[in-house]
Amino acid sequence: MSDPQAVTTAESAVGRDKPRSLAGDAWRDLRRNKIFWVAAVLVTVFVVMAIVPAVFGAGDPRDCALSRQHDGPSGNAFFGYDFQGCDVYAKAVYGARNSILVGLLSTLLAGTIGLIMGLTAGYFGGWVDAVLSRGIDVVLGLPFLLAAIVLARRLSSDPSNNGFWAVIVTLGFLGWTTAARVMRSSVIASKNQDYVAAARMLGSGPARLMMKHILPNSTAAFIVVLTILLGTNIATEATLTFLGVGLKGDAISWGIMINEAGPNVRTAAEPLVWPSVFLALTVLAFIMLGDAVRDAFDPKLR
Amino acid sequence: MTDIQAQIDVLPGLDPGAQLLEVNDLHVEFRTRDGVSHAVNGANFRLEPGETLAILGESGCGKSVTAQAIMGILDSPPGYVTRGEVKYRGVDLLQLKEAERRKVRANRIAMIFQDALSALNPVFSVGFQLAELFRKHRGMSRQDAKKRSIELLDQVRIPAARERIGDYPHQFSGGMRQRVMIAMALALDPEILIADEPTTALDVTVQAQIMGLLAELQRERDMGLILITHDMGVVADVADRISVMYAGKVVEEAPVYDIYARPAHPYTKALLSSIPRLDMKGQQLSVIKGLPPALNAIPAGCAFHPRCAYARDQCRQDPPPPAYDVALGRTARCHFWREVIGDE
Amino acid sequence: MSDVVLETKGLVKHFPITQGIVFKTRVGAVRAVDGVDLQLRRGETLGVVGESGCGKSTLAKLLVGLEKPTAGSVQVRNEDMVRLRGGALRRARRHIQMVLQDPYTSLNPRMTVGDIIGEPFEIHPEVTPRKGREKAVQDLLDTVGLDPGHINRYPHQFSGGQRQRIGIARALALKPEIIVCDEPVSALDVSIQAQVINLLESLQDEFGLSYIFIAHDLSVVRHIADRVAVMYLGKVVETGNDEQIYEQPTHPYTQALLSAVPVPDPRLRGRRDQIVLEGDVPSPANPPSGCRFRTRCWKAEDICAEEEPLLQIRESSAHPSACHFARPRDVLHAS
Repeated sequence: MSDPQAVTTAESAVGRDKPRSLAGDAWRDLRRNKIFWVAAVLVTVFVVMAIVPAVFGAGDPRDCALSRQHDGPSGNAFFGYDFQGCDVYAKAVYGARNSILVGLLSTLLAGTIGLIMGLTAGYFGGWVDAVLSRGIDVVLGLPFLLAAIVLARRLSSDPSNNGFWAVIVTLGFLGWTTAARVMRSSVIASKNQDYVAAARMLGSGPARLMMKHILPNSTAAFIVVLTILLGTNIATEATLTFLGVGLKGDAISWGIMINEAGPNVRTAAEPLVWPSVFLALTVLAFIMLGDAVRDAFDPKLR
Repeated sequence: MTDIQAQIDVLPGLDPGAQLLEVNDLHVEFRTRDGVSHAVNGANFRLEPGETLAILGESGCGKSVTAQAIMGILDSPPGYVTRGEVKYRGVDLLQLKEAERRKVRANRIAMIFQDALSALNPVFSVGFQLAELFRKHRGMSRQDAKKRSIELLDQVRIPAARERIGDYPHQFSGGMRQRVMIAMALALDPEILIADEPTTALDVTVQAQIMGLLAELQRERDMGLILITHDMGVVADVADRISVMYAGKVVEEAPVYDIYARPAHPYTKALLSSIPRLDMKGQQLSVIKGLPPALNAIPAGCAFHPRCAYARDQCRQDPPPPAYDVALGRTARCHFWREVIGDE
Repeated sequence: MSDVVLETKGLVKHFPITQGIVFKTRVGAVRAVDGVDLQLRRGETLGVVGESGCGKSTLAKLLVGLEKPTAGSVQVRNEDMVRLRGGALRRARRHIQMVLQDPYTSLNPRMTVGDIIGEPFEIHPEVTPRKGREKAVQDLLDTVGLDPGHINRYPHQFSGGQRQRIGIARALALKPEIIVCDEPVSALDVSIQAQVINLLESLQDEFGLSYIFIAHDLSVVRHIADRVAVMYLGKVVETGNDEQIYEQPTHPYTQALLSAVPVPDPRLRGRRDQIVLEGDVPSPANPPSGCRFRTRCWKAEDICAEEEPLLQIRESSAHPSACHFARPRDVLHAS
């Protein structure tokens, strides 16, 4: 559709600016986006929490005493105490590291695998696509929990292993399929666009085609899938830990807290509510960030 | 058929002797986040039985929106009819309730579109879709409906209609699909057919077939045909009268011979001299400078003035030029139409 | 013959029809282009016309190397593009560029106009030194009638006609000798078409370009082309200069095609020779034997099914025509 309105705006903005890049323009756009700033602040808070939990003034999360079981909030423990008499606030703060790191790293791993598989399958097509797509189908066909239990078990069989990397690798290797499929179909769609033909005609090689023309126009849906995957991975870590194949020993994570507090929610809601709020805020922050970044890289929405 | 006829005839105010279709001062606007777009700003025309009226214009001139408003299939929101009337045999369709409107739409005024593939339902066979119309609107039995469907496909010259009735839309070629859509539009014997760019997606040889078919069916049924198109060639071949639209207004209305021989509006004139002709070589293509206006920022005065070779101060100021009577049944919205028409 | 800048010989492109996903078996072929010989001279415009499915778009892709032909050659400046590889192919591409049909999909929405028009220079760094590139891009914008100050705009900020100008500027960047225009104005509004056609004509005069102008609109082709080739189902059925094709067409298909084009003059209504063809174009996967047009031709006889008519000059036709019964017939003017 022709967009006459765009033309008038083009005509009215006279004068020329310095050469710009897509990334530069995206940044200029992001700086003016309130949602981006809200998301960025939240993400920063949680990342700092994951790296240096001490600055949040929480007590020792492992200092538990059954005598304080389900005590209400107080100056010492803002969110009260849980079933085992541990400080909920302290646990939530110290749990950030495991939850966010597991979520981020496993999503990063899944995203990388998905990107490579999707891009390769979509770009080359033919038998490469046929083989990779069947590979995706196979992984997608595995019963997730069963596969996750077997894989995580196998990866953390050594007793000295605390299960951290095992969870990440498990989630990464089982979670990339949707991202790969979405990537593949976006790549196929943009590969057939005329501007890719135009670039091929000019003589650009596959690397340039992929990086300059196909990839930048194929990431929108992919980013959405990844932000959703981030939330699911943080929650799935809890499931695995609950089943005894996730984080080991006295590890702390939001997922573990939510699991433990679940059965006692009628007696004390705080131990369940607060880690859930932290988890929800984190996921929300990353989803908003993903949305803002995706929109900023689409010149049409500017 | 008589039941339905009776139902339609109880439309309050229906007068079989009145003008078949009359559009007066129609205004349509689209309210979007980016402001209000004035898609149609006072469209006027009339249609007689058996007549072909062409609405000619470029994309964004409001010709399709006008058709949608007449049909009552405007996307709303964001589109709203803000003023005017659409009178079918004396009844203002815009005042009708949706249920009544639907009856008129199915039985009296039908429409065909540019893209037949997306206008037909891909999961039902063509025969089923046609028969469904007869069963729903005419209360026919399954058997009768099927028989009637085959007859209709025969009428639109689909070869071996009896065998093809079970085929799905994608199994037909582009031209054949267009015929199926015409069959569906004509199933309930409408008095008015609105064809929105019916041949734009087709090849020229197929276009000739379809236009010929439409002309023939129109003659047989004494139907009023509104042809919406941008193609000056097609219009010259089939239209009786032409309304040229620009920025949501009918800027010139005239019988087909007059408008091609002596255009009275600078826009029409410029369009005619900007198209290459098959039977001429080496003609200079004159260019209309600039672009059509954005519909949310239509220039004051005459909307065409920034691109017009005849423009003077009067054209830049409101009020915009009224529809001057150029001759009997011929109007032009240009202050200087005398100059335009005489300056050959 | 030194002024021939492009020549194709026996150009063939068959797309295999396959079944199966991993293990594909070939069950047939779509004969999109089936033996096309063309010559393009310096500074001339060759129009290629035909209906959808006649193979004209595939022909365009073969000419600029977007598709590899099944057989045949594409000679540009006495080099066979089909046989070139790597750097030699990249250099050869500089001489032949293309303007695509749809101005809305032919420009990468995430690149600025400056990057789009400058991309040829990045791929062919030897053409313009890095320092001069921004200036070169601005000059190109100026050449096609756009404001050089708009170098940092994105494609969506331009109208259809302006975007087509950007596409033309990109094609001009490497100073090619030949530009293949694949339906360059068919997506544009009537009032904008003339602007782009006039631009293409003035660029041709200024740079001595040769055009292959592919279109379904015979009026536009008549206006711009010096010579015309008419295609039907992957083959050229008639070729000649504009006078020969439009005033004395000898192939029945050309005659039918021309007679179907409406002329914007109501006085000619009903007075022109109207040939309405029956039926549709047969599938290019299974073309008729002999003459491919015989299934829709009113002149067809037994010989048409048995013997394929070659594209050659015939007794009653001064220009090459692939019809056993070639005979001129004026279908444009009122009888």
